[in-house]
Amino acid sequence: MSGLRVDRLECQVLVEDLGRPGLAHLGVPSSGALDPAAVSMANRLVGNRDHHAVLEVLLGGVRLIAEGSTRLAVVGAQVPLLVDGRPAEWGAAVSVPDGSTVEIGRAVAGTRAWVAVGGGIDVPPVLGSRSTDTLTGLGPPAVRVGDLLATGRAGPRPAGPVAAVPWSSYPDPLTVTLHVGPRDDWFTPESMERLGTSVLKVSSRSDRIALLLNGPPLVRRIRGELPSEGIVTGAVQVPGDGMPLVFLADHPTTGGYPVVGVVGRPGLARCAQLRPGDRLRFELTRQPGAPTD
Amino acid sequence: MEVRRVGDQAVLVLGAGPRSAAAIRGTVLELAASGSLPEPRDIVAAATSVLLDGLVGPGAVAAWQSRLEAAPLPELVPVDRNRGRQLTLPTTYDGPDLDRVAEAWSCSREAVVERHQQVVFLVAFCGFAPGFAYCVPDPALPEVPRRDVPRERVPTGSVALAGEYCGIYPARLPGGWQLIGRTPAVLFDPARERPSMLEPGDTVRFRVLG
Repeated sequence: MSGLRVDRLECQVLVEDLGRPGLAHLGVPSSGALDPAAVSMANRLVGNRDHHAVLEVLLGGVRLIAEGSTRLAVVGAQVPLLVDGRPAEWGAAVSVPDGSTVEIGRAVAGTRAWVAVGGGIDVPPVLGSRSTDTLTGLGPPAVRVGDLLATGRAGPRPAGPVAAVPWSSYPDPLTVTLHVGPRDDWFTPESMERLGTSVLKVSSRSDRIALLLNGPPLVRRIRGELPSEGIVTGAVQVPGDGMPLVFLADHPTTGGYPVVGVVGRPGLARCAQLRPGDRLRFELTRQPGAPTD
Repeated sequence: MEVRRVGDQAVLVLGAGPRSAAAIRGTVLELAASGSLPEPRDIVAAATSVLLDGLVGPGAVAAWQSRLEAAPLPELVPVDRNRGRQLTLPTTYDGPDLDRVAEAWSCSREAVVERHQQVVFLVAFCGFAPGFAYCVPDPALPEVPRRDVPRERVPTGSVALAGEYCGIYPARLPGGWQLIGRTPAVLFDPARERPSMLEPGDTVRFRVLG
């Protein structure tokens, strides 16, 4: 069996693909990689289909040993990549001979890198997906030292050129579009206005379920409890303490705190690259159907 | 119906309670099946609302919004005339909170067990955990308060009450509902063709195991 042996691990590494969408009515989160577009791109670089499973590396610090020759591509956070000690290209297909060592170093910028491997990571799918869902525990367990991550049979190299992977900038603060609603009316107009002007700080308690933010608390206009409602990925919910949070891929399917707005998909992928202490600003938009950032 | 936009790919339809939300879900399913509107990826009923998510393609959100706004709030359907599956769950009524429920219902423990089996429950929606179904009784039963201090671990298969709902814990989970019994039925199994035994729109009755 060919695959990647996990030789050293200093960070969280999870197997993720494009998730298990369409099961929210059963209480099953969509889960999946926090930047699906980046994962599709990495997969295409190595000749995979978009839905093949990749490794989601949090901050970096992993050493893998190739059992069987393969090719891989790293996208997302800016991480140094070494193959047998030699620097290899980020955002490109890299050949990895049998027995060679692959090192993914600490991220220089960003938080999550995705590693696509020829054939994809081959763990048994659960409900049609190989993603680890950290909320419910569905999918494979987190990667551990000593694991042999089996890979599927690699397809042919991409025949044509694959679009270049954009090298993200990391502005400080990051500004993302927030589509206001559906429950902005539960907060005072002053609070909503402040949400559009303040700079929020990312809390260290953030994870794949939610990006927790610190800033001026939002003040309720409507008291009492909101009966639980369906939640979309990117929803900005405001719990009792008034501090907003952004729901990411592993979010619960329903929730009982008001959602004041929704971050559009491009902004959400960038939220996945924020670190504790990083700054975030919401640009409020109320026009229905306005294009996302 | 009142419809609110949720981001740029979803709308939230507001109802007036779990049975109302279930009826709205029925309307949404009929509209989706008519083929005249783009199919939502997810239709998520909840306590008083229905979310349509994954409305992609130009005009999908606007098309659904205008159709739903023009539709009247659907009438409540008697629960036993629902078109979902009809299930019966064998139950052992030995929960540690039977006395608390008896107090809330002003009756004996035996009467709690009796009344719980007499009504039919509609699976209004799922949430909290995969396969956790919020079931509403028809006719209604008196509401039951949640526990002041939730349990750290509720055993798998526990049949529990809170507010107007009955729910069954599909796995060992933290929970603040009042436990009245347990069922050996496997509520959620990702390897099954229907991973969740209870799906929105199904009806369920409880019967003493034996």
